[in-house]
Amino acid sequence: MSQAQAIIDRCQALYEDLNFTAAREWKDAEPGRKVVGYLPIYVPREIIHAGGMLPLGVVGGGDQLEVIHGDAYYQSYICRIPRSTIELGVSGRLDFVDGMLFPSICDVIRNLSGMWKLMFPEVYSRYFDVPQNYDDEIGGNYYTRELQELREGLEAHCGVKITDDSLRRSIAVYNENRKLIRAVYEFRARQPWKAPAGDVYLLVRAGLVLPVEEHSQLMTEWLAAAEAEDKPLRDNCRVVLTGLFCEQPPLNLIKSIELSGCYIVDDDLLLVTRWLIGDVSLDGEPLRNLAHAFLHQSESTAAKYEPNLEEKGQHLVRSVRKYGAEGVIFASPSFCDPALLDRPMLQHTLADENIPYIAFKYAENSGQMQPIREQAGTFADSIKLWSEQ
Amino acid sequence: MTVITTSRSTSEQQEVSKDDSMLKQKAMMAKHFDRLTSARENGEKVCSTFVPGNLNELIMCFDFANNLPEVNAIQNGLRKKSGSYVMEAEKLGHSEDVCTYVKSDVGMMAKGNLAPNGKPFPDPDLLLLSYTGCFTFMKWFELLREQYKCETIMLHTPYEGDGKITDNMREYMVKQLKEDVIPTLERVSGVKFDIDRLRENLRRSAKAEDDLVYVLQTGRNRPSPIDAYFGGIYYIGPIFGAYRGTDDAIDYYKTLREEVDGRLAAGQGPVTPDGVMETEKYRLVVEGPPNYTSFRDFWKMFYEEGAVVVASSYTKVGGVYDFGFRHDPDNPLETLADYCLGVYTNRSLPQRVDMLVNYVNEYEADGLLINSIKSCNSFSAGQLLIMREVEKRTGKPAAFVESDLVDPRYFSAANIKNRLESYFQMVDQKRDGSAKGAAA
Ligand code: SF4
Ligand code: SF4
Repeated sequence: MSQAQAIIDRCQALYEDLNFTAAREWKDAEPGRKVVGYLPIYVPREIIHAGGMLPLGVVGGGDQLEVIHGDAYYQSYICRIPRSTIELGVSGRLDFVDGMLFPSICDVIRNLSGMWKLMFPEVYSRYFDVPQNYDDEIGGNYYTRELQELREGLEAHCGVKITDDSLRRSIAVYNENRKLIRAVYEFRARQPWKAPAGDVYLLVRAGLVLPVEEHSQLMTEWLAAAEAEDKPLRDNCRVVLTGLFCEQPPLNLIKSIELSGCYIVDDDLLLVTRWLIGDVSLDGEPLRNLAHAFLHQSESTAAKYEPNLEEKGQHLVRSVRKYGAEGVIFASPSFCDPALLDRPMLQHTLADENIPYIAFKYAENSGQMQPIREQAGTFADSIKLWSEQ
Repeated sequence: MTVITTSRSTSEQQEVSKDDSMLKQKAMMAKHFDRLTSARENGEKVCSTFVPGNLNELIMCFDFANNLPEVNAIQNGLRKKSGSYVMEAEKLGHSEDVCTYVKSDVGMMAKGNLAPNGKPFPDPDLLLLSYTGCFTFMKWFELLREQYKCETIMLHTPYEGDGKITDNMREYMVKQLKEDVIPTLERVSGVKFDIDRLRENLRRSAKAEDDLVYVLQTGRNRPSPIDAYFGGIYYIGPIFGAYRGTDDAIDYYKTLREEVDGRLAAGQGPVTPDGVMETEKYRLVVEGPPNYTSFRDFWKMFYEEGAVVVASSYTKVGGVYDFGFRHDPDNPLETLADYCLGVYTNRSLPQRVDMLVNYVNEYEADGLLINSIKSCNSFSAGQLLIMREVEKRTGKPAAFVESDLVDPRYFSAANIKNRLESYFQMVDQKRDGSAKGAAA
């Protein structure tokens, strides 16, 4: 087996492990260690890391988890990630987690923060709010103080100390990790035949459960190994995949798109791993620097307000241009307010730029890939046809 | 949230026509829409905003007419137009999964943007995106901005995740008001901000709020002289809409209070579309918005069974006043912040449970009924846990029905009626059980 494949196999094992064994083992390795979970879309993991704790990404139960209790908490018209997350909690799979952060992404995860408080009162649960005002003096001040509250909350609940120096060190560690994630994305966009989207997904996703240092090491090794490998180039078109920033698609869905003839050259999966664009400064006050990066150097996504009408959807256009994509695939979880409410506006922007797109919905446990394969296949064919004309 | 205008029999019309507050409210709504549709002729500018986080006192300082798209969606629901508007929006590419208020609005625009008076709404000069308690608001106004290409203000209200308002939240909001919202309102309106004018408006608000709270709290009496959900929706109309902070609102709530006092003194129940409710058999607390497309039929399922809603959470979406908050003219910007921060859907789930438990206990209700709305994740996500918690903490039975605000496809009368009937039986059994228990 190739070295790249061995790394991906390890990532796949982590992905399939619904008991989070790796994180449990990390916790058990030394007394007093703490684990803090977080949901999509973004939390500053640096703050958790700076307290010597393990940030653990919780992104639902995927297509292998049998949801027995979770459905009793949700109506049929609510997406699936909260019910499988509840299932993970109720079934004891998260019983080693000392804190849970619920980012400001939508009303479902917002309300889940309160449900967690009621259902797991011993856990430090916090709704993690972020500013929708991007002025340093307004949104920046507010956010810096929110970060400070988070820091104090974690210190009090987990019995750790989070100093400015440890924060700077953690920021440096995450800067490195983000740099590698970007390198993986750039590599895939350059040579997608060497970096199948399913592999890249698993590699990035391993960063949700592994200590960041280990994850960075893994990416470094994979990049070197994958680069050295020879794989056949296929006659695929190049697409940007968008709308998957929260509930995860089944791995099969990502693979199916590629198998249908579309190389995925950019996506918005697992945004937490590259939310901040560029390095966060190591000089001065670390929380201010995290706030500054959030306000001025972070990804655009549906959960954020776009203050400038002209900018709406331009992040997609830029991604298409930068990576030489020929079309965009909107894949959104069923009942996902942020993705589905945003979609028409993004589509208008793409239409104005003559960028073709298709759209479909999925759930984390979608089993039937045939319709998606057909749709993506037809899309790939039509793109090829257009480009030949 | 407004006057219902379907036809009634002559005798019923006489019955209802005695109800001064209702006539007043109807006239106020008509005036509101006339003002909006003649704004251009009258040289007035129009600002659109949301009911939760509605800064009417501030908007009035700049002489804007206040257009509330949620109120328009409700009107379209009551007038049975929303179904076709929702489908129109879906044809235009909006997902079947998202909030039907948005789609009703988008569909209405596509079909001529007509107000209930039959005249077209003017395009707004300003969108005041008061981002309070609902994620959809942000996308809704981004969609409207795309359509109208007008100036848009984002006023971000942090969520009360830990069940309290922190200084940081309040200061953030006040700063946004001072440095962003007010300067933009000044610029677009051309009117200079006068803080004393704001104080006056706030003073008037507080006065009307006192009477509103008084009226809603009469639900504690037996029999309750009001229905705090179906009737309550009429009562909140002026104060949640474009009238808070006006003399008209003070007048309306004074009249309403006198009326309700009259019924209280006479030992009467609430007024329903079929006249005064004679026998109060069940006292309920209701969580969640109503269905507007079959509003009357839905209500009838309650009053025909002798069920009266003594308290509801929906009458708190545009402001929670019954735990002491009043708009405070002495702290004008802070009070606007606290108002936005405190609306029902901006409260954490544990706070919502506390409120509902408090209602069941304080209003001596037989239990909790949840009307779960497909459109609204803000309300609905977590309601099944709310139900269990309230049941556990009050020992009273709870029930769950599902519908939608303005999408008629999601109102199944037979299902809801069945559920309600079983629920009432459950309440009876519970009562019998307690009576036997007490006797034993
Ligand atoms: S999938 Fe969408 S609606 Fe569901 S929790 Fe995630 S962001 Fe919210
Ligand atoms: S119905 Fe719910 S989701 Fe829709 S706009 Fe109102 S609060 Fe938001």
